Amino acid sequence: MNDQQTSGAEPFRLVVVSGGTSDPSSTRMLADRIANRIGARAEERGESVRTDVVDLRSLATEITTAIVSQLMGPKMTRAIELLGRADAVVASAPVYKAAPSGLFSSFFHVLDNDLLIAKPVVLAATAGTARHALVVDEQMRSLFAYLRTMTVPTSVFAASEDWNSRELGERIDRAAIEALLLMESGFAEQVRSESWNHYQHEFGSAGGTELEVDLSTDLMRLATGGSALPRQQRD
Amino acid sequence: MQFGIFSVSDITRDPVSGKTPSEAERIDAILKIAVKAEEVGLDAFAIGEHHNPPFFSSSPTTLLAHIAALTERLVLTTATTLITTNDPVRIAEEYAMLQHLSKGRMDLMLGRGNTAPVYPWFGQDIRQGLAIALENYNLLHRLWREDVVDWEGQFRTALQGFTSTPRPLDDVPPFVWHGSIRTPEIAEQAAFYGNGFFANHIFWPTSHSKRLIDFYRQRFEHYGHGTKKQAIVGVGGQAYIAKRSQDAVKEFRPYFDEAPVYGHGPTLEEFTKGTPLTVGSPQEVIDKTLTFHDAFGDYQRQMFLVDHAGMPLNMVLDQLELLGGEVVPVLRKELASRRDPESADAPTHAGRVAAKYGDGPARQPRPNANRGDNVTGASPYQDSDASAEYPGLG
Repeated sequence: MNDQQTSGAEPFRLVVVSGGTSDPSSTRMLADRIANRIGARAEERGESVRTDVVDLRSLATEITTAIVSQLMGPKMTRAIELLGRADAVVASAPVYKAAPSGLFSSFFHVLDNDLLIAKPVVLAATAGTARHALVVDEQMRSLFAYLRTMTVPTSVFAASEDWNSRELGERIDRAAIEALLLMESGFAEQVRSESWNHYQHEFGSAGGTELEVDLSTDLMRLATGGSALPRQQRD
Repeated sequence: MQFGIFSVSDITRDPVSGKTPSEAERIDAILKIAVKAEEVGLDAFAIGEHHNPPFFSSSPTTLLAHIAALTERLVLTTATTLITTNDPVRIAEEYAMLQHLSKGRMDLMLGRGNTAPVYPWFGQDIRQGLAIALENYNLLHRLWREDVVDWEGQFRTALQGFTSTPRPLDDVPPFVWHGSIRTPEIAEQAAFYGNGFFANHIFWPTSHSKRLIDFYRQRFEHYGHGTKKQAIVGVGGQAYIAKRSQDAVKEFRPYFDEAPVYGHGPTLEEFTKGTPLTVGSPQEVIDKTLTFHDAFGDYQRQMFLVDHAGMPLNMVLDQLELLGGEVVPVLRKELASRRDPESADAPTHAGRVAAKYGDGPARQPRPNANRGDNVTGASPYQDSDASAEYPGLG
């Protein structure tokens, strides 16, 4: 996917997922700051970044529909396409009650497990109080581990008092360079091309793109008239 | 190409009248629906199998045998027969019996069933569901093709010298469809045996069903049963029809909104846009159904869901009038004009008898004599390969 490295022409594709619900939203602002910083850092190094934004506010009814009926609406379908092609993701959630917002979590709950495998993800969250600071590392990081993403070491949390602090800018910068280096390394692409089959998949997963079928499994042997008994018990 | 209807056998409160039919009323209604399906010119009627309320269809072959007696042309089938929680030996026996009683006007569709509590009621475990389904079909396949079966597997008692009776009508096994929405192993099994593959095609967009159908076609060819185009594909669908589109939407909306499976979720408009459901005029149903052909190519059976979510009997019968009277005749004509001469005919008993015997006579197994111990020995039929062995005196 990342042939822009060699040609130098194609920008990196960054997708921002923001769970902010107001307009303007601090959750979105934090995500934008991270995305802009990734873009600026890339520019310094003679690269470019194209950013698409998935604002979950406008997907809210489609997300609940997907939860109760598995029906993916047109905006969800578009978001899945964007994420499937993304070289990296910035995932930014508001924290209301000691957890990332339900809207944010629900969006990731209805995605295929395989959609984001090995992709670099910057985790970010906003809250009204610093008491929520560990939500990013204790809750969001485990969600993205389940999705088998490559979360960057620095997570970015901003409570009300952080917005004007220099340290927040530094953390954003750290997260940005971590994400950029992971994109440059082609880590996700290489994992997905060399090791994709070592991850558990379902037919039609990864947004409908995962269509390879392993025909050498025990179940496939059973499907074609073979035995269900483990091999050592046969004969 | 065959057109038909498939029923889940749900007994659901009518959200408009507020009335829930009794089991007796709903069972009577399904008989009228099936008879009507034949009257309006449809080809097939399928019933589901469930073992818990609010469904009535625990015993599909009993129901279908009765409908067979009330009809003359209709093919009776299932959607689906549970290949997991039923003993494949009982499936072999019951459906062979149905095949005889209906004079071959039957086939069946196998499915796993996704209601976890049902499995332990029948001594099974849903976590093994797929393996059970695959192994049970391997046995079922042999029971209908071999007079005497020795068999050993993981999920049922071993069989020694077992003969499933009655033998299939004309010694031609009932045609089997394997139904699946996302399990490549099921499509692979259908392809391996040269059986049919059915995509439920109700809750997911056509593009979703196409993936597994394409895989099945490719594997059907791989196993040498014919070309991809000759693979045997069935597809579901769902429609509510009225002469005028706006009446269809108005009449169906309360049933849609309260439907047990998708009610209180997506809007009717979202669901019709994203799935095979059509709510509209006959022409709209025709147009949408033709898009299935655009996606899947020639296929052999189109089933519609028309009797669920508490719709009262008279409403369902009106639907059948419109489906059989205005939709299906146009679809038959249009699809016939599109049909590739290479593609397979819809499976029928007559066609399968002709394929097996040509113009010759069909085998009619006649049992050997009862030896006095209620068995006939290693050679149960007069034309079985080995001659019967009887215990000697010295």
